[in-house]
Amino acid sequence: MPSNSNALESDSSLIKTITEKHRHQPGALLPVLHEIQASFGFIPKDAVKQIAEGLNLSRAEVHGVISFYHDFRYTAGPQARVCMGEACQSMGSAALLDRAKALLGDGVEPVYCIGNCACAPNIEVDHVYHGRVSPEVLDALLKKREAAA
Amino acid sequence: MSITVYIPRDSGALAVGAEAVADAVLAQAHSRGIEIDLVRNGSRGLYWLEPLVEVETPQGRVAYGPVAIDDVPALFEADFLHGGDHALCQGLTEAIPYLRAQQRLTFQRVGVTDPLSLDDYRDHDGYRGLARALEMSPADIVEAVTDSGLRGRGGAAFPTGIKWKTVLDAAGPTKYIVCNADEGDSGTFSDRMVMEGDPYLLIEGMTIAGLAVGAEQGYIYLRSEYPHAERTLEEAIIRAEAAGYLGDDIQGSGKRFHLEVRRAAGAYVCGEETALLESLEGKRGQVRAKPPLPAIQGLFNKPTVVNNVISLASVPAILDKGAAFYRDYGMGRSRGTLPIQLTGNIRRGGLIELGFGITLKELIYDYGGGTASGRPVKAVQVGGPLGAYIPADQLDTPLDYETFIAAQGTVGHGGIVVFDETTDMAHMAHHAMAFCAFESCGKCTPCRIGSTRGVELLERIMAERGQGSDPAQVELLRELCDTLVNGSLCALGGMTPFPVLSALEHFPADFGLVAETAHA
Ligand SMILES: Cc1cc2nc3c(=O)[nH]c(=O)nc-3n(C[C@H](O)[C@H](O)[C@H](O)COP(=O)(O)O)c2cc1C
Ligand code: SF4
Ligand code: FES
Repeated sequence: MPSNSNALESDSSLIKTITEKHRHQPGALLPVLHEIQASFGFIPKDAVKQIAEGLNLSRAEVHGVISFYHDFRYTAGPQARVCMGEACQSMGSAALLDRAKALLGDGVEPVYCIGNCACAPNIEVDHVYHGRVSPEVLDALLKKREAAA
Repeated sequence: MSITVYIPRDSGALAVGAEAVADAVLAQAHSRGIEIDLVRNGSRGLYWLEPLVEVETPQGRVAYGPVAIDDVPALFEADFLHGGDHALCQGLTEAIPYLRAQQRLTFQRVGVTDPLSLDDYRDHDGYRGLARALEMSPADIVEAVTDSGLRGRGGAAFPTGIKWKTVLDAAGPTKYIVCNADEGDSGTFSDRMVMEGDPYLLIEGMTIAGLAVGAEQGYIYLRSEYPHAERTLEEAIIRAEAAGYLGDDIQGSGKRFHLEVRRAAGAYVCGEETALLESLEGKRGQVRAKPPLPAIQGLFNKPTVVNNVISLASVPAILDKGAAFYRDYGMGRSRGTLPIQLTGNIRRGGLIELGFGITLKELIYDYGGGTASGRPVKAVQVGGPLGAYIPADQLDTPLDYETFIAAQGTVGHGGIVVFDETTDMAHMAHHAMAFCAFESCGKCTPCRIGSTRGVELLERIMAERGQGSDPAQVELLRELCDTLVNGSLCALGGMTPFPVLSALEHFPADFGLVAETAHA
C-alpha cells in the first residue's frame, strides 16, 4: 500500500521535526510529547523509538513518561469528559457521567476539576468546556456533535 | 463617542456562553448603527452572574447578568448602553454587596482591566512593585516579603520570605523561579482567574522573585486543563518582553529575567513541588524525598523558589504598598488576604478575597446565599480533595491556617465546596480513596497499595450498610488510614485520610453505623 507508507514517512518526518525543534530545551520531553499528541491526537507507538533517539533517552524512559501522565495516550482520547471533582459531584455530575456513557460509551472519561467549580457541573465536549450543565443540555450537546459527525 | 462594554474572556464565563453573548451584542450594535468599544476583561468572580455584561456610564460601570443570547435584543431595547433598567440589571458593579464587601488586594484589577493591555495594567498601579524592587537590594526585597507575613497559598502555608531567603543565601550562579500553576485542587480557580484576567501581575511577581534571589529564568508550570490561561500568558510574555519588562535588561537596570510557560500533563501529584520539578525536567512526576529542599537543590539541582500563583501575585502589592499594609489584614499568624473560592452546591458561587478570619457560615450564607438546591447544607469540604469534611453545625470555624490544622483540616488553596443533605458521605469517602489510588505517584506502598485496599473496604462497607456495617471493617479502614498518615512521603497519601475519617466521624449513619460505634 504505497499511500500508507507515504503517510508513515511523513508522520516520521513530522515527529523528527518536532523532536528537533525542542531538543535543546532543558526538559524537552513533555513539550515534545504534547506537540506530537496535538498533531496526531495521540502518541503513535512508532514514535517512541524516534523520540528516544532524538532526545538521547532510552525507549523505556520515554514509554515510562507517556504511561505516567493521564494526558498522554497511544490511542485517540475521549470525545467528552465529565468533571468528577467534588464541586461538580455536589451538583450531580455523577448522573451526567452515566448519561454521557450511555450515549458515547468509551468515548467518555472523567476529569478531576477543570477550574470552573462555581458554575458546576462542568463537562468538556470536543475540547470545549460547558458549565452549569443540566441533563437536558448534556443530551443536546452530545446529540449536536452526533449530528455534525 | 463610542460606548465601552465589557464581556469577560475568562474561561469560566466562556463555559456559560460569554462568547455567544459578545457576538450577539456586537451584531445588535452593528445593526442599530451604534458604535461600541468591546473590552474582553477577566471575570469579576461573581460567577452566578456570568456571563456578566458591564457598560461604562458617567456614574461608573453598570452590570447586567447572567445574560443569555436571547436577552441581548431586550437589553438594547432597555437602553442598557446608558445603564437603562432591565430585569438583569445589577446596578453599579462596584456597589454589588458581594463585591463591595471584599478586600481586593491581589484581585484589584481582575475583571476591571483588559488583561493584555499594558497601559491598563500600569494605569491601575501595575509595575509599581517592580519599580520599587529595582531600587532595593535583594535582601531588602526578601525582608519586605518576610515582614508582610505572606505564607504560601498553594497549600502548605510556608512563609514565602523564608523560602526566598534560603534561595538567596544558596551558592551558585544559576537559580530558578518556578511558579506552581498546576491548580489541581477541586473547588479552586483563583490561579486561573489571575492568569486569564491579570497575567502581568503574575509576571511582575515572578520578576520581583527573580530579583530577590538572583534568578534569571522562570518557569510557569501550567496545568493542561487551562488552555485559555496558556494563550493569555504566552501573549502577555511576548508583550512584556517587547516593553522591556522581561528579557536581558529589565527597565534599563541591566538585570535579566526570562519566563517560559510549560504545560503539565494531567497528573494531580505534579502539583506537589518536587514531583513538579521532576516533571519540568521531563521525567515521570514522582515525588522526591526531602531533604534536600528545592530551595537548595531544586530544578536541575539548582536552588529554586517554587511558589503558587497567588503567592507570587501577592508580592507586587506588598512591594508597592509596604509590608505593614499587607500584614494589617488577617488574623493570628495568617496575615494578609486569601482569595476564597466558594463553589459546589451554592446559590452565589464565586471569588471572595478577604483578610483571614471570616467564618464558613458568613461565607456560605451571607455571600453564598445558601445552597443552589435550596436544601439544607450537609457538609463543606475546605482545602481541596485532601481537605476534611466539616458538618453543617461546625460552620462557625474561621478561615485561618492554625484553626484548620488544629481541626485536622487544611485551608489549602482556599477552595470551599458545599454539599446539600442529599450527599452520600460514604460515597464521598470512597471517592477520596479512589482519587488517591488514581493519582498516586507509586513511590510509597501505603499510598500505592493502601489506597486500593481502602477503596475495596469502603465498597464492602457500602454494600453491607443496609444491614448495619461490620465494625471490624470500619476498624480496618481506620488502621489503613493510620498507615497512610504515617507511611506516606507526601500529602496525597498523608492527607487522603482527612476527608475519609471526617466523613466517618461526622456522618456514621451514611456508613451504616450508629454514632457510638463510629466514635469507638
Ligand atoms: C499532592 C499535592 C498536590 C499539590 N498541588 C498543588 C497545586 O496544584 N498548586 C500549588 O500551588 N501547590 C500544590 N501543592 C503544594 C506544593 O507542594 C507546594 O507546597 C507549593 O507549590 C509551594 O508554593 P507556596 O509556598 O507558594 O504555596 C500540592 C501538594 C501536594 C502534596
Ligand atoms: S504518598 Fe503517594 S503520591 Fe505521595 S509520594 Fe507516596 S506514593 Fe507518591
Ligand atoms: S470540581 Fe468540577 S470544575 Fe472544579
